[in-house]
Amino acid sequence: MRFRPANLVIKDVVRETASVSTIRFDRSLDPTPGQYIMVWVRGVDEIPMSFSAPDSITVHAVGDATRALCALRPGDSVGSRGPFGNGFRLTGERILLIGGGVGVAPLAFLGEDARARGVEVTSLIGFRCREDIIFLDRFRRLGDVILTTDDGSAGIEGRASAGLSEIDPEDYSQIYLCGPEMMMIDIIRRCREHASRIQASINRYFKCAVGICGSCCLDPDGIRVCVEGPVITGDRLLESEFGRYRRGPSGMRESCY
Amino acid sequence: MSSLSGDVGGLRLENPLILAAGILGTTGASMRRVALEGAGAVVTKSIGVEPRDGHPGPTVVRLGVGLINAMGLPNPSYRSFQDEIDIAREGGVPVVASIFGSSPEEFAEIASALDVDGFELNLSCPHAEGYGMEIGCDPANVEEITRAVRRAVNVPVWVKLTPNVTDIRVLGIAAQRGGANAVVAINTLKAMAIDVESGYPILGNVIGGLSGPAIKPVALRCVYELSGVLEIPVIGVGGVSCWQDAVEMIMAGAAGVQIGTALMGGLEVIRDITSGIIRFLDRKGWSLEEIRGIARRRGSTAPSKEYPLSASSTTSKSFDEVETHKEVP
Ligand SMILES: Cc1cc2nc3c(=O)[nH]c(=O)nc-3n(C[C@H](O)[C@H](O)[C@H](O)COP(=O)(O)OP(=O)(O)OC[C@H]3O[C@@H](n4cnc5c(N)ncnc54)[C@H](O)[C@@H]3O)c2cc1C
Ligand SMILES: Cc1cc2nc3c(=O)[nH]c(=O)nc-3n(C[C@H](O)[C@H](O)[C@H](O)COP(=O)(O)O)c2cc1C
Ligand code: FES
Repeated sequence: MRFRPANLVIKDVVRETASVSTIRFDRSLDPTPGQYIMVWVRGVDEIPMSFSAPDSITVHAVGDATRALCALRPGDSVGSRGPFGNGFRLTGERILLIGGGVGVAPLAFLGEDARARGVEVTSLIGFRCREDIIFLDRFRRLGDVILTTDDGSAGIEGRASAGLSEIDPEDYSQIYLCGPEMMMIDIIRRCREHASRIQASINRYFKCAVGICGSCCLDPDGIRVCVEGPVITGDRLLESEFGRYRRGPSGMRESCY
Repeated sequence: MSSLSGDVGGLRLENPLILAAGILGTTGASMRRVALEGAGAVVTKSIGVEPRDGHPGPTVVRLGVGLINAMGLPNPSYRSFQDEIDIAREGGVPVVASIFGSSPEEFAEIASALDVDGFELNLSCPHAEGYGMEIGCDPANVEEITRAVRRAVNVPVWVKLTPNVTDIRVLGIAAQRGGANAVVAINTLKAMAIDVESGYPILGNVIGGLSGPAIKPVALRCVYELSGVLEIPVIGVGGVSCWQDAVEMIMAGAAGVQIGTALMGGLEVIRDITSGIIRFLDRKGWSLEEIRGIARRRGSTAPSKEYPLSASSTTSKSFDEVETHKEVP
């Protein structure tokens, strides 16, 4: 077992959109799709990031740490703890990926892993506008793709759930979700009767990432999302705080929009 | 089968294993879960006057022998915490609120506002400026803060002590004089870790507190020393991760045993320790009462009455004034 932060040297940084970059490391960390690492941007903060491939993360610059991360150059390095978390469980022969925004990152990794194992993959991916689209080619290489944009500038106009009318969830052995919380809960509620076949990677405030501090615990069962997640089944989420509130760094409840 | 139930620091507990402060204690749901996993009582995350986000990350460093953490007392403030306590109480065991402040007034303000089964005063966190051990190293503060909370509430008051002092007994005596129902020993030991790849200190706060197996011998020594001079019970905490560790704590004189870092390995550890203690007592034909403090009765090196206590405070009793309540057979 490795105890100190692993030093990861950055091999390249690909600018995907104005605010999203893919950072590729000098080596693979051998993660399962859906697992994450705690990325230590030295001198700034340490934050959770899903793998977008065995050797990369894809970062949406939203605050101090993510902006500092996206500003790093090849040859720079970060510290990392992990891979952590349960990851997605691959089941069945035909799967559906539903992703929104930067949430499509771990799904592209999962889809490629599934495809390599001969699983049939359909993807429903949503973005705010044409300029925000990432990984479209990666998804197209996997199989059928349904694309939505909120403003209709590409694909179907509307939220990712607007694309649901194009498919029958019944056709898939498993549905994998990652994206903004309100998008995920909307889809889980719409596909309520399939909720036990939905696996969603969810976001909570992680501090320790080893299941001890209590920062990431989900009501009402106290699930430690950092170790028992971040992938949680749809039926468990329906019974939980998910889509109603979440907690900030102090533990105070806040809105999950 | 041996019974583990009894009085621990003024609370009637089904078993002496208690969730330590700051471990899975931010939400009511996680504390209820630990209670349902078999803890005899749970202690909340330390709660203060204002909401705090805590220190920037990394907040923990894992070592082979334990963990260094510098969470920085993140908490939503006592004004947003009664709900969580109420949910934790659904676990069916006593809920103790760990609280922190920078003055006796702040401690009393928080304590008077919360409806809970007991309080644990955090006078020992090693990495928050103006709080914890920064004020808890001075016996006069310990006594005054304990007294302020004691006057403000009518439930048990425990005082959690820092081991980062020359003589922890002085702090224990101060807490006892202030009216504490029990002392809790120990909080983490000041520590740090450096990333050799970059030269950066790893913790966002640079300095943190060491917990886990590495500190058990220190915790054991503190419990032993404190129980030798105090009339009030001592609750042991630090590095307990298996039933043998818990039995050691009790043999050193602990009335209760808190579990923290060991929960990293899974919540089952609480039930494993409880059943381990029961099997041990059954095998030996001993009771919990019989083994409590047995190390003092067996040991030949009980502290002599001449041992000089650092008399840094005018308010703490000198060693001669404190009667050891343990009869040595
Ligand atoms: C399991 C998991 C996987 C993630 N994967 C990705 C990913 O692949 N790509 C990506 O762009 N983002 C991902 N995130 C979200 C990412 O961690 C946050 O956007 C990031 O922490 C923001 O940090 P900041 O300092 O830039 O922003 P801040 O200004 O600190 O915060 C911006 C927002 O991010 C949230 N946030 C901040 N710190 C954390 C934290 N430690 N844990 C959780 N949320 C936090 C805050 O609630 C806030 O709303 C993931 C989060 C989790 C929990
Ligand atoms: C992540 C973490 C957070 C902690 N938070 C608090 C806290 O808020 N208040 C407190 O009094 N002690 C806190 N502690 C200290 C523990 O309660 C305990 O005293 C210490 O960890 C030693 O016990 P252990 O070795 O069983 O973990 C914390 C410890 C850890 C590891
Ligand atoms: S982040 Fe600390 S318990 Fe999950």
